[in-house]
Amino acid sequence: MEHKSINLKLKIWRQSNSQTSGSFKTYTVNDVSTEMSFLEMIDVLNEKLISEGSEPIAFDHDCREGICGACSMYINGRPHGPMNETTTCQLHMRAFNDGETIVIEPWRANAFTVLKDLVVDRSSFDRIIQAGGFISVNTGNAVDANSLPIEKSKADASFAAAACIGCGACVAACKNSSAMLFVSAKVTHLALLPQGSPERKIRALNMVAQMDKEGFGSCTNTGACEAICPKGISIENIARLNKEYLMAGLTSEK
Amino acid sequence: MNWSQLLSSSIGRKIVMSVTGLFLISFLVVHLGINACVFNDLYDATDNGDMFNRAADYMGKTMLIRLMEIVLFLGFFIHIIQGVMLEMENHNKRKIGYQVPVGNKGSKWYSRSMGLLGTILLLFLILHWWHFWIPSRFTHVGLETPIILSNGRMSHDMFLLMKITFSEWWVVIVYVLACISLTYHLLHGFESAFRSLGVHNGRYIKILKSIGIGYSVIVPLVFAMMPISFKMGWIG
Repeated sequence: MEHKSINLKLKIWRQSNSQTSGSFKTYTVNDVSTEMSFLEMIDVLNEKLISEGSEPIAFDHDCREGICGACSMYINGRPHGPMNETTTCQLHMRAFNDGETIVIEPWRANAFTVLKDLVVDRSSFDRIIQAGGFISVNTGNAVDANSLPIEKSKADASFAAAACIGCGACVAACKNSSAMLFVSAKVTHLALLPQGSPERKIRALNMVAQMDKEGFGSCTNTGACEAICPKGISIENIARLNKEYLMAGLTSEK
Repeated sequence: MNWSQLLSSSIGRKIVMSVTGLFLISFLVVHLGINACVFNDLYDATDNGDMFNRAADYMGKTMLIRLMEIVLFLGFFIHIIQGVMLEMENHNKRKIGYQVPVGNKGSKWYSRSMGLLGTILLLFLILHWWHFWIPSRFTHVGLETPIILSNGRMSHDMFLLMKITFSEWWVVIVYVLACISLTYHLLHGFESAFRSLGVHNGRYIKILKSIGIGYSVIVPLVFAMMPISFKMGWIG
């Protein structure tokens, strides 16, 4: 791939804390290598800001290899930027053109409070996972591998759902700020497996109840979440969660 | 979990929207079937709306249908109220919006505009009731002279009321625009209703998608042909 250096104009949301209101600030970054990742480009800008004595841009990042779900930038009207199935940290500057203006915003949803600049509080996701509770497994000696037979197609579908990294891009892209893709991936992941089947119903009910409590919107099946998900989580999972929830709700004893 | 907890949760309310939506979809088939009788004029020029008037007379004077009318109003009421509430609540879930909106990335404009399309349809519905339902049930304006049907029964001439109503261009245009809104409302609603009820199997989704597209295009198209046919003088 051809190596190039590009000059960019960045319009970035700056906000000092969750109590204050923020605004967009414009920055110029020159000589950006197209082989840099998006976050490396922000690092370069931050080095410059620090050397100038100004406050660097706060943003979430951790593994920088697309598996932790920490990075969360809304770039040019799309969570995680223009590439399909790519997290911000794995997005490279070759996806942009010389002289381009890039608008970077934090995830926007009432349930995700902006803490500082591009950092949002996604602990609501953690509370939804907690609401899901434990799964019953037999303890004791380690069991033999493959002692529990699972249909290949089910194992694959479960694994595909388990690929969700909980980054919150689905909420950021949804017009209703709904967390249904995330919750459905987490519910589906366990609903397809024999492990945890004793708590299958209560898990679906509790996780949805927590989701509603956290102030996410409801799903209207527009499909935006599926299209922007960096892990390609299918909207099929949402229909499966609807079924899980309906069956659990209808057969509940109380 | 009791019934009110189930039906007031975010998924429960989707289920209410989908069940009432599917009920209204089934009603449209009946409505279309009855009204399509006006096209009998195309085959039998001497019919002069007799087939349609007989169908309308049956619908107006059968107890079961009158009871279903109450259920239908209930269906409309729940679907509209729930829809408006969900739209407003969902809109408030993001107090600060984006500088660059997500737009059409991954979703269709009509999927995101169900509230707008529904509002257009509600306004149309009020006009539609004022044109036909209120005169036939209460005021009888335009229906003063009863006719004798081919089966010997006395009835209102609903066919004539349609002919008079659709003689105005603005009415024809409004009805056609409403049918276009209905197409887009159904294009999303038909498939989405089944998804909300938990249909996730790819094979069935594929079939339902095709049926949904066919339904969303054909039903409003036949409805739209009614005012057009009266105005153009093809029937009546």
